[in-house]
Amino acid sequence: MIARTLPVIDRDNEAFWTWGRGGKLAIHRCGDCEYYVHPPAPFCPRCEGRNVAPQAVSGRGRVATFTINHKAWVPELPEQYILALVAIDEQDDVRIASNIVDCAAENITFDMPVEVLFEPVEDLWIPLFRPVQS
Amino acid sequence: MSLFAEKNTAITGVGMSEVSRGATQSALALTVDAALEAIADAGLTRADIDGIATWPGERSDGSGFSPVGCAALQDALRLEVNWYAGGGEAPGQYGAVFNAIGAIAAGLCRNVLIFRTMYEATARKTAYANSLLREGQRQAGPFSWYAPYYTYAAALQQALFFNLYVHRSGITPEQVGQIAVNQRRNAALNPNAIYKTPITLDDYLAAPLIATPLRLYDCDVPIDGAAAIIVSRMDVACDLPNPPIRIEAIGSSMRYRNSWTQLDALDTQAQPKVAEMMWSRTDLKPADVDIAQLYDGFSYHTINWLENFGFCERYGAKDFIEDGTRIALDGQLPVNTGGGALSGGRLHAYGAVHEACTQLWGRAGARQVKGDPRVCATSTSGGPLAGAMLLVRD
Repeated sequence: MIARTLPVIDRDNEAFWTWGRGGKLAIHRCGDCEYYVHPPAPFCPRCEGRNVAPQAVSGRGRVATFTINHKAWVPELPEQYILALVAIDEQDDVRIASNIVDCAAENITFDMPVEVLFEPVEDLWIPLFRPVQS
Repeated sequence: MSLFAEKNTAITGVGMSEVSRGATQSALALTVDAALEAIADAGLTRADIDGIATWPGERSDGSGFSPVGCAALQDALRLEVNWYAGGGEAPGQYGAVFNAIGAIAAGLCRNVLIFRTMYEATARKTAYANSLLREGQRQAGPFSWYAPYYTYAAALQQALFFNLYVHRSGITPEQVGQIAVNQRRNAALNPNAIYKTPITLDDYLAAPLIATPLRLYDCDVPIDGAAAIIVSRMDVACDLPNPPIRIEAIGSSMRYRNSWTQLDALDTQAQPKVAEMMWSRTDLKPADVDIAQLYDGFSYHTINWLENFGFCERYGAKDFIEDGTRIALDGQLPVNTGGGALSGGRLHAYGAVHEACTQLWGRAGARQVKGDPRVCATSTSGGPLAGAMLLVRD
């Protein structure tokens, strides 16, 4: 598999892309009203609080939508892989773009329960999701 | 309704360069061709142009997505303007038109030259596919959330929205394919279209899948070319040779999350509120529309707009486009009459507005819609980007 293109890291997104080192998925959350704020921003749009900081979530969610790639956009890219938006269990309107792995293309479904795992690349830990194992 | 600034503006001329799968001229030369044609079509000279607008402005990234900006065109033509603007943070491609309306209302301009240049056909001969990602470079901005997941193309990202639409609407590939088949049929009558050989539904179904549910013929075709329009203040427009094509109403709103992952309505994208705004600024209704030039970066955008403009019910497009008769040139609502971006070439909504004016002025030759069409709905789209216009020739 060819290298993943990595995001530029800044103070807002650093936790999301690095807390995988400790096995945790980090999502920003308001410390006052407990609303999850994603993509991370230093403001809670629900209570207007500024006490927003990354917090570990369960890492479980559902496949809100997905697509199966069929085209080799660049050399050495496997033609079939799944791109998805995963809605986290804690708050359904927090959606994370990701690949669904350990899942054959014919088995992916809308609303499928998934759980996070991480792939280390350079200095980052890229969140991926797979069907819930249990 | 007279307080809406767009009602004091009109399109007075249009121009289009040669459109090809590999230009023999530079991107700037194509832009100059389109601009000079539009200026002459409006009955104006360079000296009459006092504003310039484009979307998304010059991008010197080698992608060919927007190789020419306001500054390059202004200097090439030595225009003297009171105002100019080019930038991507706008309600889609027609953001440049909305900016021009504002500039005219502010008393800055009388005649604004608006253009869009694409050089993607040439760019893709020298770079990998149409990759959004740059090898070895880290990605910033909104697409950084997609970057690590092999999201190489807009097709993949947009397929996320379209697949959910299929899931919720129950539309079949046979129904979706009517969009591509219809537009190829129209393109066969358009001398400037890229692909003129008709396709059948079987051809559509046999073409490769790109990203579920997108098939090859659902995707627009990258080209080299430029389109330009002149938007004039209404009193100026009334003294020019072409019957003014009034900008009757615009939709420029963004009332959803402005995000490619958190957008509130994933399956319709940003369109519903934009259409709602457009209809709130006019007494006209969907039933008054004679033709529609609907964004077709992908055929599903067109399907979405049929519903969001109110030409059919939510998730009712599958019945509306069934067998293709309603959207054909002689149908109830002719759609993308020049072949659209799918077959005509990806001029990124400015091909659509050019075709709208061509039809409203009765210049469309073999593909001219019968019955003297006077009202056209047109749109741009893609994720959180969406804009709409209702164009009227009295």
